[in-house]
Amino acid sequence: MVSLLKRSLAIITLLIIGYWVAQAFAGVPFGQDKMLVGKYYLENVVNQTGSVNAVTAVVVNYRGFDTLGEVTVLFIASTGVGALLWRRKKERTARTEGSIVLKTGTRYLFPFILVFGAYIFIHGHLTPGGGFPGGATIATGFLLLYMAFIVYEIPHKSFEVTEGLVGMSYVIVGLIGLAIGGYFLYDWIWQTWHVGTTNIGRLLSGGFIPVIYTIIGLKVGTELSGIIDNMLKEEVRE
Amino acid sequence: MIHISVYYFGAISLILIGLYAVLVKKNVLKMLIGLSIMETGVNLLLISVGYISGRSAPILSEGVTPGRAVDPIPQALVLTAIVIGVATTAMALSVAIILYEKYNTLNVEEMRRLRG
Amino acid sequence: MNCVSCIEYIIVAIMIASAILAVEWRDLLAAAVGMAAVSLFASILFFMLQAPDVAMTEAAIGAALSGAIFIFAIKRTRRFETEEEEKPGWWVRW
Repeated sequence: MVSLLKRSLAIITLLIIGYWVAQAFAGVPFGQDKMLVGKYYLENVVNQTGSVNAVTAVVVNYRGFDTLGEVTVLFIASTGVGALLWRRKKERTARTEGSIVLKTGTRYLFPFILVFGAYIFIHGHLTPGGGFPGGATIATGFLLLYMAFIVYEIPHKSFEVTEGLVGMSYVIVGLIGLAIGGYFLYDWIWQTWHVGTTNIGRLLSGGFIPVIYTIIGLKVGTELSGIIDNMLKEEVRE
Repeated sequence: MIHISVYYFGAISLILIGLYAVLVKKNVLKMLIGLSIMETGVNLLLISVGYISGRSAPILSEGVTPGRAVDPIPQALVLTAIVIGVATTAMALSVAIILYEKYNTLNVEEMRRLRG
Repeated sequence: MNCVSCIEYIIVAIMIASAILAVEWRDLLAAAVGMAAVSLFASILFFMLQAPDVAMTEAAIGAALSGAIFIFAIKRTRRFETEEEEKPGWWVRW
């Protein structure tokens, strides 16, 4: 019974690790005020960035370079999936057509899903959300189209061109900030042009947060749709 | 017995269950399910550290002053971590598909025997 | 019984049970659904910890897209995991 010995050894090791981790977290009291850096961000976020959503201001403005790294990681993953699953001729191998409820519902719901996704990433500085759930919602709309119709494919050329252009424009936004302000990803809309200083809490405020979140939303949406398309097609054998 | 909150307990159990699946199971896809459950547990642990009881979400609209908002920094970290988690899961699944096409099995012990 | 604050205990218990079932089921399609259920209950817990951005992101990406790409990977490989050397336990008969 080698496998039973291995299983019980694994469970005992995991219980020891779990007890040790729980002992460490007993020293971190749950629900007490322990903010140090967060207090500075919460007090100065409306003056320095112009957005009312503190989390998106931290993601895009205060730590914008890490978000550029994350967009790069997503790009590498999408390219990697496309490179690993590349064949010379690919086609979809679905055989069951979607039911009439699915087809009719998709045909009517798809534009509204796209509009909802765009609403999420345009209002990233006012309501919770931002670029990443907005892009994921757009990719879910395309997934619904894949499920309903067995001959549907996304238009490859326009998606790849869009993805490349918006990826480049993120770096261009940062370089314009470097040219105007003095450091990469300087918020030149809020701090030099002073657009929307009197408009806090409405759409035309927030510096370059809506611009960058539009870029991120389009990029994530097209990338995840590309990953779905690559994983669904199989090789045509002659 | 040590006394921790229920959120810490839930997050640590998710990490341990995911680690059990990676250690004991032999199917590649089952190991990837365990890895994904572990990532969900770690994100839950990070956000429950930043919670302050009695306060509300860090969106400073009317009525929410900076003295009545939760810590916004762990939420910014976890927002990045969730997206990177799905990217690595997608790449790992493509590698699993290629392994199946080459060795015609998904059992890791069989794959070690078919070397070369 | 009127306990408003014991909903956290219920949701954490359902989440842990769903994770254990997702690891133990032999049908990989059911395990993918269990993994999506863990993501969904974690999204509810994120909302109760006053983090709405993270709850939306986890619901959109973890529950929908991660489960979907898992099902596509199962489509291109096998559905049932077979373990030749282990005797199945008395509780795992699915």
